[in-house]
Amino acid sequence: MTKKVHVQSTINGKATDFLCEPRQSLLEVLRDELRLTGSKEGCNNGNCGACNVMLDGRLVNSCLVLGVEVAGRKVETIEGLATPQGLHPLQQKFLEHASLQCGICTPGFIMAAKALMDKTPKPSEGEVRHWLAGNLCRCTGYDKIVRAVLDASGCPSPPA
Amino acid sequence: MLWLAEPPLGHKLNKAKTHLWDDSMKDIDYTAPRTLAEAAALLNDKGDRARILAGGTDIIVQLREHRRDLDLLVDVKNIAEVNELTFDPARGLRIGAAVPCYRIYENKDIAKAYPGLIDAVSLVGGVQIQSRASVGGNLCNASPAADTTPMLIALEATCHIAGPQGPRQLPVETFCTAPGRTALERGELLVSIDLPAPKPHSGAHYLRFIPRNEMDIAVVGAGASVVLDDKKQKCLAARIGVGAVAPTPLLVPDAGAALVDGALSDALIDKAVQAARAAAKPISDMRGTAEYRKHLVGVLVKRAVQGAIHRAREK
Repeated sequence: MTKKVHVQSTINGKATDFLCEPRQSLLEVLRDELRLTGSKEGCNNGNCGACNVMLDGRLVNSCLVLGVEVAGRKVETIEGLATPQGLHPLQQKFLEHASLQCGICTPGFIMAAKALMDKTPKPSEGEVRHWLAGNLCRCTGYDKIVRAVLDASGCPSPPA
Repeated sequence: MLWLAEPPLGHKLNKAKTHLWDDSMKDIDYTAPRTLAEAAALLNDKGDRARILAGGTDIIVQLREHRRDLDLLVDVKNIAEVNELTFDPARGLRIGAAVPCYRIYENKDIAKAYPGLIDAVSLVGGVQIQSRASVGGNLCNASPAADTTPMLIALEATCHIAGPQGPRQLPVETFCTAPGRTALERGELLVSIDLPAPKPHSGAHYLRFIPRNEMDIAVVGAGASVVLDDKKQKCLAARIGVGAVAPTPLLVPDAGAALVDGALSDALIDKAVQAARAAAKPISDMRGTAEYRKHLVGVLVKRAVQGAIHRAREK
């Protein structure tokens, strides 16, 4: 087995050291080494977005990043969103709109939607749908997801 | 007494995989050199047992699905030259080989000067992919259906290569040699892709056809670049690049030449369309039949040329 590499990074604002093999993805490191199991493995090939995290402020598929690549970099995961004061507005709106069925895609959708709102605080419905094209919901519950994101941005949802 | 035809289930569960298929990556080494010379030395030493890691959106999937077998990944993102992204209105654009797509379309000066390139880089995957995937990686992966390569061909890009024998340059249309294969020799790596400065009254446009709105591989792609005269009625120069209709993305010289023949008209554009259809040597696969692709490449070339002319006239 290849020797494990010592990696120093910042995860959800905390300086975090871990050991990983070069073949391990950031997703595997988060889930298997650091026990941050909020990020999900859907397709493991970059199509579905269930593993979405922020890497130095950019939305990435953590299944397509190697753990060794995050040395010296900042990673934000779904676990970093809620505060002791409560849920992130996107998490709250996903609950209110029942925007999840099986829930596997939810962390990825919320991270992707957060990345959109960081850039465009008041997106249009078209912008939301275009931005979320890299996230798949196999329960096909897209409409409620789009409504939750629009609501969290303070934008009116289209009529049902 | 109950006899089990098979050993008890626990026997199997001990060896059960957590996945339906084996999608774990084999052991591999990783290194991140800081200079081109170090990277070239590593690649030269390991030959086809090593490959470059830039955005990883192709190579990580290929390793995980055992479509490639390597001993070493050489991460080039710590090398200054491959991260360079500079635009000078007189000298043109330099795209370092590892520059991710988003850095190109988020740069307002580049977006204004090269709208055709922006069409292409905005189509590569979704936002998550664009955070990592590079134009250089798209080129080196050498897919016949690469979205950025036909546009680079139309925009007359030059590849800058480093290697043990020293630097060399290649016109982008000669870089891909077969599906998954490039002109890079042992020890060589792509450093940057250089585009000439946009000429006055020029315009470019890239289009691809996919059966859904986003996130798919091109059934056919077409990029067009035109330079018009002062009155914007005649085409002084034109280049057409097409993708997914041959083993490599193609430059279609006859299509460009057809447009430089008198006042612009639908008849002239139709000649370019016929030239593109003649040059196309597509295969039939799950995305479409050869016949369908041959038809489609004409439709896309026509629209890409019209779009390029429109942009040239708008300026």
